[in-house]
Amino acid sequence: MSDAALSHDNHADDSAAELFGVVAEFGDAESILEAAGIAKAEGYTRMDAYTPFAVEDLDDALGMQPTRLGWVVLIMGITGALVGFFMQLYANASFYPLNIGGKPLNSWPNFIVITFEFTVLFSAFTAGLFMLGRNGLPRPYHSIFNTPGFENATRDRFFLCIEARDPKFDADEAHSFLESLEPLRVSKVEK
Amino acid sequence: MAVIRGSGVAETNRVIAKGESYGNIDDSINRPIEEHPLRTPLWWWIGFSMAGALLLLYLVTVVKLITTGIGIFGNNQPVAWAFPIVNFVWWIGIGHAGTLISAALLLFRQPWRTSINRAAEAMTIFAVVCAGLYPILHLGRQWVFYWLLPYPNTFGLFPQFRSPLDWDLFAIGTYASVSILFWYIGLVPDFATLRDRARNTFMRWFYALLSLGWNGSAKAWQRYQRAYLILAALSFPLVLSVHSTIGMDFAVAQVPGWNNTIVPPYFVAGAVFAGFAMVLILAIPLRRAFGLEKLITMRHLDNSSKLMLATGMIVVYGYFIEAFIAWYSGVEFERYMIYNRVFGQEHWWAFWLLILCNGIAIQPLWSKRIRQNPLALFIISIIVSIGMWLERFVIIVVSLTKDFLPSSWHTFVATFWDYALYLGSFGLFFTLWFLFIRLLPSIASTEMKELAHHDEHHGSDYYEDARAEEFREKGLPV
Repeated sequence: MSDAALSHDNHADDSAAELFGVVAEFGDAESILEAAGIAKAEGYTRMDAYTPFAVEDLDDALGMQPTRLGWVVLIMGITGALVGFFMQLYANASFYPLNIGGKPLNSWPNFIVITFEFTVLFSAFTAGLFMLGRNGLPRPYHSIFNTPGFENATRDRFFLCIEARDPKFDADEAHSFLESLEPLRVSKVEK
Repeated sequence: MAVIRGSGVAETNRVIAKGESYGNIDDSINRPIEEHPLRTPLWWWIGFSMAGALLLLYLVTVVKLITTGIGIFGNNQPVAWAFPIVNFVWWIGIGHAGTLISAALLLFRQPWRTSINRAAEAMTIFAVVCAGLYPILHLGRQWVFYWLLPYPNTFGLFPQFRSPLDWDLFAIGTYASVSILFWYIGLVPDFATLRDRARNTFMRWFYALLSLGWNGSAKAWQRYQRAYLILAALSFPLVLSVHSTIGMDFAVAQVPGWNNTIVPPYFVAGAVFAGFAMVLILAIPLRRAFGLEKLITMRHLDNSSKLMLATGMIVVYGYFIEAFIAWYSGVEFERYMIYNRVFGQEHWWAFWLLILCNGIAIQPLWSKRIRQNPLALFIISIIVSIGMWLERFVIIVVSLTKDFLPSSWHTFVATFWDYALYLGSFGLFFTLWFLFIRLLPSIASTEMKELAHHDEHHGSDYYEDARAEEFREKGLPV
């Protein structure tokens, strides 16, 4: 990957190549938090940061909306509870009424455990799969991996990317702006 | 408070040793698994082959069981539930500590959970695999186990949802699948780390596929953290429900010694107790073998043993309450059950050994000196594991041998295959365990970096640092 990244870097000044964005590399979490705040104040809106671990408040600093994951999980949890309960009620009271020790057919306290398990099953898989899906995973290719030195994004480097789709985007302007934040390096990254 | 050990490793009581850099953490966690296969340490091969041999015993037993029938076990009437269910409850209990460490301690914001949660979750999954196979193997006709599931079928029948045995299926099925999901989601960023560190194409592809293309973007981390928190919040009640449900398998039945309202919570405490013992059994050699003393510190061992002591005392309380309720209920069968359990000719030894293992052997844990001694903790943990197995044996087998009518009493004798299946399940567990520590990061490196970040800026170990400072001022050994 590093060879490919290098060759991309060499072509980075070629204005004909379509740009993904301009990326600055930082050495610690504080610098990128600060840089993100400045970039947001500068008026950039389509930005993302790539960090080895979840840096607290970075999403705020970049002006990101909170995730709606929790609501989706709540809805699917309630769905799971209803599916679980009515599955049992249908099976044991309607489809094949089963009289156990003279208990009423809708002996709902007996159905609570499985209803609970269905709730957890539905909500947990929603949380996990929705998170992966919304993050676009699994994903075989992403332009950000063309950034030189990006293999350290999972180790100890922090990357801030101003994307080309930003309305205010101008490659050279963004480049000199990011340079002014004193990162370790700035690179133009192709799509 | 660093203690210099014979081997020259500086032990610490902080959650993470001071001054660990992100790169450092990465290297110490990932280097052992990046080694060339031929340079795998000898201890690993020895452990893996022993586990593999036991796994073969397991497979042989399973083939024998399926081709012959469950008559190869010592089960009889009235002891219809014997070793398979004892071992099932034992294994699933062990699994619970992993979920509690990863989920409950996350919700309670206990930073020390971070370095042991990955290994503990792996332990959970492997223990649930071992446990989950027992009820299926115990069915008699294992090949129709799917009859337990509700699906439209030509019989026009559904499972009996009012039965705790069916609750069990759903509880364990949910627990296993949610645990695997939680574990995998936690591993995704670590797979990405390994992908980016990989030095050869095979490893890069292997970890790249597992990492699903994770790039660590801020938006991705935002969703990831929310999902992780939700999974933790769901797993915590789930783990309590699983062992409560297993408790209800017994509590709902009328057998003297089972029909007790205290059973669900008392089973949960026992599960956590056995689970922390297993965490210590696995973590103490692991940190030594991989040189992870700066990440899995004395604090982790100390805290785990405190939890073991606390839950152990709850379990001992459960033993007393069982006896008290048996007397207080005035039911002669219940009273006889306790008499038989404690003084009965056949199995009195099991009860007293259990008190020795679970009640008395844990008392040294009150002393900090013992809690700071890995060898002592290792031995106590093994004793506790034996004790918890005996507890299940006493509850299940001893209660069943003498229930209501003396004319139907019958003793229980375990057969060779009973022991073979139990020993074999260790093979299954440890084969998976050795593969895990060799191929996957046994500590969550991304979470450790987050912890190091916190530690650097907010001093997440304020009390430990303050105490070390105080010791230094007084001129005491630090």
